[in-house]
Amino acid sequence: MKQEMSYRDSIHKTGRIWILSALAMLLAVPAAICIYYSAWPPIGGVLKGLLSIVPIFWTVGVIEVFTYVPMLGTGGSYLGFVTGNLANLKVPCALNSMDRAGVQPGTDEGEVISTLAIATSSIVTTLIIALGVLLLSQITPVLESPTLQPAFENILPALFGALGVVFVSKDWKIAVAPLLFMVTLFLLVPSLSSAVGILVPVGALIAIGVARVLYKKGML
Amino acid sequence: MEFNSNSAFMYVVVTVVIAFVLLQSVVFFVKAWKRGKELGMDTQALKKTIGASAIFTIAPAFAILLGVIALSNALGFPLPWLRLSVIGSLTYEATAAAAAATAVGSSLSEHITDPKVFAAIAWVMALGIIPGLVLVPIFGKKIEKGISNIKSKDSKWGKIFLSGLFLGMISAFLGLVFAHVHEGLTGWIPVFVMFASAALMMICGLIRKLFNAKWIEDYALPISLLGGMALSIPITTLVQNILG
Repeated sequence: MKQEMSYRDSIHKTGRIWILSALAMLLAVPAAICIYYSAWPPIGGVLKGLLSIVPIFWTVGVIEVFTYVPMLGTGGSYLGFVTGNLANLKVPCALNSMDRAGVQPGTDEGEVISTLAIATSSIVTTLIIALGVLLLSQITPVLESPTLQPAFENILPALFGALGVVFVSKDWKIAVAPLLFMVTLFLLVPSLSSAVGILVPVGALIAIGVARVLYKKGML
Repeated sequence: MEFNSNSAFMYVVVTVVIAFVLLQSVVFFVKAWKRGKELGMDTQALKKTIGASAIFTIAPAFAILLGVIALSNALGFPLPWLRLSVIGSLTYEATAAAAAATAVGSSLSEHITDPKVFAAIAWVMALGIIPGLVLVPIFGKKIEKGISNIKSKDSKWGKIFLSGLFLGMISAFLGLVFAHVHEGLTGWIPVFVMFASAALMMICGLIRKLFNAKWIEDYALPISLLGGMALSIPITTLVQNILG
C-alpha cells in the first residue's frame, strides 16, 4: 500500500512539472510569433475571439477533467490532457486496453496499462502527423480522394459502434437508460451535436443514478 | 521580418514544442513499463497493450492529419501541425481558429498573410483550451481520492460507478451518431456504419469463441474500427444510388 502511494505521488510530482512546462511552451508559441515578427494583435480582437469560444470550450474542459481523470488514471491524465484528442482517441484506447488486459481503472495494473496505451497512442499519432507533414505532397491526394471521404467522416460512428458492443453488453442493465435518453435527445435536438462534451456527464449521471437504484435493489 | 506562416522560424518553434511533448510521452511510457515490471506484470501482456494501441491509433491519426491539411490553407502547415499534435482536437482547433479570424475581421477561407491576424489566431487557439492543463495538476489528486474513497467504502459499487461513467460517455457519443437522421436517408449513413462496426465486433467475439482464437481479442477494436470505416464507403455509395 505504501509502495502504491509513493509511485502515484511520484507520478503526480513529475506529471505536474511536465504538464505546467507544456502549458508554458504552448503559450510561448504565440508570444514568440509576436516578438519575432514584432506583430502584436489588438487585445480587443483576441478577447472577442476568446469570448466566442471560452464559454463552451472551458466548460467542456472542466467537465473533461472530472470525467476522464477517473478513467485514465494518474499518468494517463497528465499525458492525455497534454497530447489531446481525448474522446476520439485516447479515452477509447485506454478503456479498451484495460478491458483486454482484464484490469480495472484505478488499480496499480490499470494505471500501468492505461499509461502505456496513452503513451503509445500519443507517440504513434505524433509520428504519423510528422511523417504526413513531411510527405504531404504524396499523401494529400490519397487522403483527400473522394473515395476515402466517407471513411474519415464516419470514424466516430465506427469507433463507438465497436466500443459500444464491448461495454454495453457487459453492463446492459446500466446502459439502456442513458442510451435511450441520448438517442432520443439527438433525434429531437440535432443541434446539440456541438455540445456533446457537455452531455457526457449528463449521460454519466443517468447511468450512475440507474446503477445506484439497481444496485440497492440487488439487481446488479 | 517578412511574415510567412510556413517560414523556417515557424517550423523550428513548432518542432521544439512537439519534440518536448513527444519526450513526455516517452518518459511516461518508460515509467509505466518499469512500474509494470516492478508489479510483476506479464511482459507479453504489456507488449500486447502497446501493439494493439499502436494499430488502433493509425486510422484516427490519419483523420487528424486530414485536419492539419484542412487548416493549412489558411494557416500554413506549422501552426495546425502543432495544434493538432498536442491538446485539443479538430473540432476545437477549427472552431477556435475560425472564431479568432472573424473577431479580427479576417476569415479562414483565405491564406492569412497579416502577422497580427495570425498572432491573434495563435493566441486564441492557445488560450481557449487551457482548463485541462491547469485543472489536472490542481484537482487530479483530489478526484483520484474521491474515486478511491468510493471504492474503499464499497468496492463493488466503486466498480459499478466507474462502469456508469464509461457508459455515460459511450452513450453520449452513440446518441451523437443519430444527430443527422433528420436529414433523411443520407443522415442514416453514420447509423449504418455504427451498426456495421458493432456487427464486426460481434463477429470478432464469435470467432474468438468458435475457434478459440484468443489473439483476435486484442485486435478486435482496430479490426472493427477499420472495417467500419471501410464499409462506410460502399454504404455511402449504396445510399447515394438509392437516392439517385
